[in-house]
Amino acid sequence: MRTIIVGCGRVGAAMAERLAAAGDEVTILDTRTEAFDRLADDFPGKAVRGDGTDEDVLRRAGAEGAGRFLALTEGDNRNILAAQLAVRHFRIPTVVAKINDPVRADAYRALGIAVICRTSMMVEALAGFVGVPADDDACQVLAPVAPVETTDEEA
Amino acid sequence: MYVIVVGGGKVGYYLTKELLAAGHELVLLEKDPRRARQIADEIGSVVLGRDGCEGSHLEEAGAARAAIVAAVTGDDEDNLVVCQMAKHHFAVPRTIARVNNPANEALFRELGVDEIISPTRTALAAIEQDIPVHELLHLAQLEGGELELVEALVEAGAPAIGRTAMDVHSGDCCTLFSIIRGDRVLRIRPDTLFLEGDKVLALARLDCEGELRNQLIGSGTGEPSAA
Repeated sequence: MRTIIVGCGRVGAAMAERLAAAGDEVTILDTRTEAFDRLADDFPGKAVRGDGTDEDVLRRAGAEGAGRFLALTEGDNRNILAAQLAVRHFRIPTVVAKINDPVRADAYRALGIAVICRTSMMVEALAGFVGVPADDDACQVLAPVAPVETTDEEA
Repeated sequence: MYVIVVGGGKVGYYLTKELLAAGHELVLLEKDPRRARQIADEIGSVVLGRDGCEGSHLEEAGAARAAIVAAVTGDDEDNLVVCQMAKHHFAVPRTIARVNNPANEALFRELGVDEIISPTRTALAAIEQDIPVHELLHLAQLEGGELELVEALVEAGAPAIGRTAMDVHSGDCCTLFSIIRGDRVLRIRPDTLFLEGDKVLALARLDCEGELRNQLIGSGTGEPSAA
């Protein structure tokens, strides 16, 4: 299975290593070459410098035919754009966008994208730890609440 | 008409001034507070130092009663998010996005942006008119950008030379309708033969432009076809 990861921050780099170790063919993108210092020297996947919100860059990185796509940059909107390219143009079956603004995260779940929201996760985890009522469900990747309608493009 | 403009760069600034001068009710959202103050000093209290990508700030700006939201920041991803939030969260009837990377135009339309402003494409079209490139010359956009009126110059060695319009024609996604040959304008019939130097006028759907170019001009120079 081929996985594309956009954003080689702490989470992106660690996920890349984890998936590669599990046998995935991983390509990780970042706009800054220094970001790849976070990867181990023997990282078996590919590291590509480029803008993960650019369709051409994604195509060159092998987005066509990829099985998973994780948009994990520090910019909510960049993740949103990258994820929608992955869903709409590359038809990648599993797409997750990190969206740290809870309002935007909810909005894009409703628009058919699986989201992970660091803000909600941390708030719920901390609430649970200190003993105030917490919503454990928020501490995971949240599936879309509506499927993506894809009828218009086939026309 | 109530208009919300997002992005106080050059485009947003002059757009705001023009719309105010035309008598529209308007608010400008600019997330950089310094830039927001600077604009407010010049054109008055229509500026909010807020990030238009945040749902709560759009709400505060009155998105629910806006007739138009125009997202004109320099970042495509921000403009997309503003328009999608406006459309899906606040049911704004008309959303306008500035798109810097022309490759994003199709996606933005598909995702519900009503109108696209593309400075890159506009400049490109102006340049193409003057410089011979081995590409289709874009003359006009029709049907909200779904269709393009294009011109193809059949140069020496082009694959179209010696073939008929019937051979070149590719299905119902485009129509070749006229040839400019020297000072004559000819209607294209199925058995019309293309000659070197012909300028072929066609109306084509965006997704079939690559095929049309390959058939008429060939893909010899420039970028290889994306298909």
